[in-house]
Amino acid sequence: MSELTMVQAVNDGLRTIMTEDESVLVLGEDVGPKGGVFLATENLTAEFGEERCFDTPLSEDGIIGVGIGLAMNGMKPVCEIQFQDFIFPAFDQIVSEAAKMRYRSGGQYTVPMTIRTPYGGGIRGGLYHSQSGEAYFAHTAGLKVVIPSTPYDAKGLLIASIQDPDPVLFMEPKALYRAFREEVPEGMYTVDLSTVREVTQGGDCVVFCYGAMVPVCTEAAKRVKESRNKDVRVIDLRTLMPLDEESILQAVKDCGRAVVVHEAPRFCGYGAEISAMIAENVIEYVEAPVKRVAGFDTPFPNTLENYYMPDARRVLDAIEEVLDF
Amino acid sequence: MSDPLQIIDVEGNLAGTAPELDNSTLIQMYTAIVRTRAFDSRCMNLQRTGKIGFSVPNRGVEATSVGAAAAMDASKDWFAPHYRDFGMLFYNDVPAEAMFDNMFGNSDDTAVGRQMPVHFSFTEPLKWLSISSPLGTQIPQAVGVSLAARKRGEDAIALTTFGDGSTSTLGFHSGMNFAGVMKAPTVFLCQNNQWAISCPSSSQTASESYAIKGEAYGVPSCIVDGNDVLAVYVAMKEAVDRARAGDGPTLIEAITFRLGGHSTSDDPTKYVPAEELEKAESEEPLKRFRAYLINEGVLTDESADKIREEADAEMLTGARAAEAKARPVLGTIFTDVWQEQPAHLKQQMEYCIKHYSERDEAVDENGEFPL
Repeated sequence: MSELTMVQAVNDGLRTIMTEDESVLVLGEDVGPKGGVFLATENLTAEFGEERCFDTPLSEDGIIGVGIGLAMNGMKPVCEIQFQDFIFPAFDQIVSEAAKMRYRSGGQYTVPMTIRTPYGGGIRGGLYHSQSGEAYFAHTAGLKVVIPSTPYDAKGLLIASIQDPDPVLFMEPKALYRAFREEVPEGMYTVDLSTVREVTQGGDCVVFCYGAMVPVCTEAAKRVKESRNKDVRVIDLRTLMPLDEESILQAVKDCGRAVVVHEAPRFCGYGAEISAMIAENVIEYVEAPVKRVAGFDTPFPNTLENYYMPDARRVLDAIEEVLDF
Repeated sequence: MSDPLQIIDVEGNLAGTAPELDNSTLIQMYTAIVRTRAFDSRCMNLQRTGKIGFSVPNRGVEATSVGAAAAMDASKDWFAPHYRDFGMLFYNDVPAEAMFDNMFGNSDDTAVGRQMPVHFSFTEPLKWLSISSPLGTQIPQAVGVSLAARKRGEDAIALTTFGDGSTSTLGFHSGMNFAGVMKAPTVFLCQNNQWAISCPSSSQTASESYAIKGEAYGVPSCIVDGNDVLAVYVAMKEAVDRARAGDGPTLIEAITFRLGGHSTSDDPTKYVPAEELEKAESEEPLKRFRAYLINEGVLTDESADKIREEADAEMLTGARAAEAKARPVLGTIFTDVWQEQPAHLKQQMEYCIKHYSERDEAVDENGEFPL
């Protein structure tokens, strides 16, 4: 056991699975000797050689297209897209190809590929180093979408993603890369790709969140406890697709009040799906309208990013609103 | 770039040095072209009579497909094709019925009726990656497939094929660039059939040829007469050997002509000048190869006619067999999304089957349709 940051846990996860499974390859821009712009792939080329961890031309479409080919012929590629904002040239390869290959070939060809990409705000990255595009991908049949919020989960979910027989988009909240450390076991372990994590216990209100919003929501829950002595259950969704629908609905039944939080824009965001799911399935348990706290429906700003992203105060307001309804 | 490589001229005379191919291979090539044409014509009939929804005419481009297929080792090599290469499948003896299964989208279709017709996927008798409608996406995939083989120390190579229009796509650029940088054992075959639906080459590129684009990527390239099956074979053989030897990729531009429409939904008389079409008809690949093989004593008029008759009969039988098969069961909408069916798809499948069963549109819990 050692105390690792999330980016170190990602690195440890890659090293662990590469040691275990020779078919795992790492490719992307600057992932080689430099070790990636966030150092997530640090020392992998030195340890495993250029055949296993290699730099590619600056072409997201090429990285994913070549990754799909590697995957169809027996490899388990882990493709890095340097910032999620740069993924869109590869959108066609991801949604038209990787996501549909098993379906359109009746299982003859499959794509066991993982796409790692840092996402989200909080680093003063402006329009193109801050976005949260999970809804585009969760909407596409055939893709799994995974977002860790702790070092432990980052390693376990990453190894599970790489071992998964289908394509996984693994989105890493870059704001949390070095935010805190926690104990991360050495060696192999996995975290299941369709279970939520209960971050705090409580029965007065449930807050659904993921990625960098988890610590924000946890802070809001703490403040509600202090100000009103109410117990808020914070649930980290972890895998947006497939999602743990049963646990989500059970939490709503238990608490009767729900808030959904993400930093991506509100309109057609992931929170809309959770909110609709609650309305369709457990409306009789719900005592207040489901409240969404999200990024605004604008492009992502730079100087004023702290006013764009949900913070503990905005989450707190929403919790109080549903408690007071 | 030099003039296109030609070995058989439009009259069927030897115009270059013929490759050393035994008679059975030459007949296999000829038969594949004839079967492709017979399949094409049967599909046109099926579409015009409303039995299938769609087809993609291959008439005119068969020599490019067949010459290329003959240079590959289908026991280990990979094909990352576009949709106008039926000849490669016939050269490798894919049964016509298996192809008609896809045209009808029936329960034996390898794509399980999920794709439009002509989007074939096979693992046997050749590794033929599932065809996509978005263009150029298969090009970088072919590079990845070939690199995976090399990483395992295999000498398998990958061939990717695409039309002239696809040289304008992102996939062409990234595939060529990656292959050049990584010296991938990939062969890029551009079937320049002159038309990207209605757009001629002048609307795709200002380059003097498509082959010359290879130079910018550091990828050797050449131009061949794509209506000359032996010229295509020779260029392809050199490219395949180079890739297999570890000397990297090649781009081949095969100049041919799409004598039919882009698809059965297209009317090429609106944009292909009649005199151009007439000239292209006079240069088409089947007639000259037949003349060549008869000149060389490989075939006689009678044996060539017999191949044609057998192909026509095979297509009729294959189409009828495929037409008689049931549709895929309703539940197949919900399988193969992932290896494991997730809970939400199981729920949707149960709902769908129940909904249509109650209306007598599906007969049992598997969603089996009444015939």
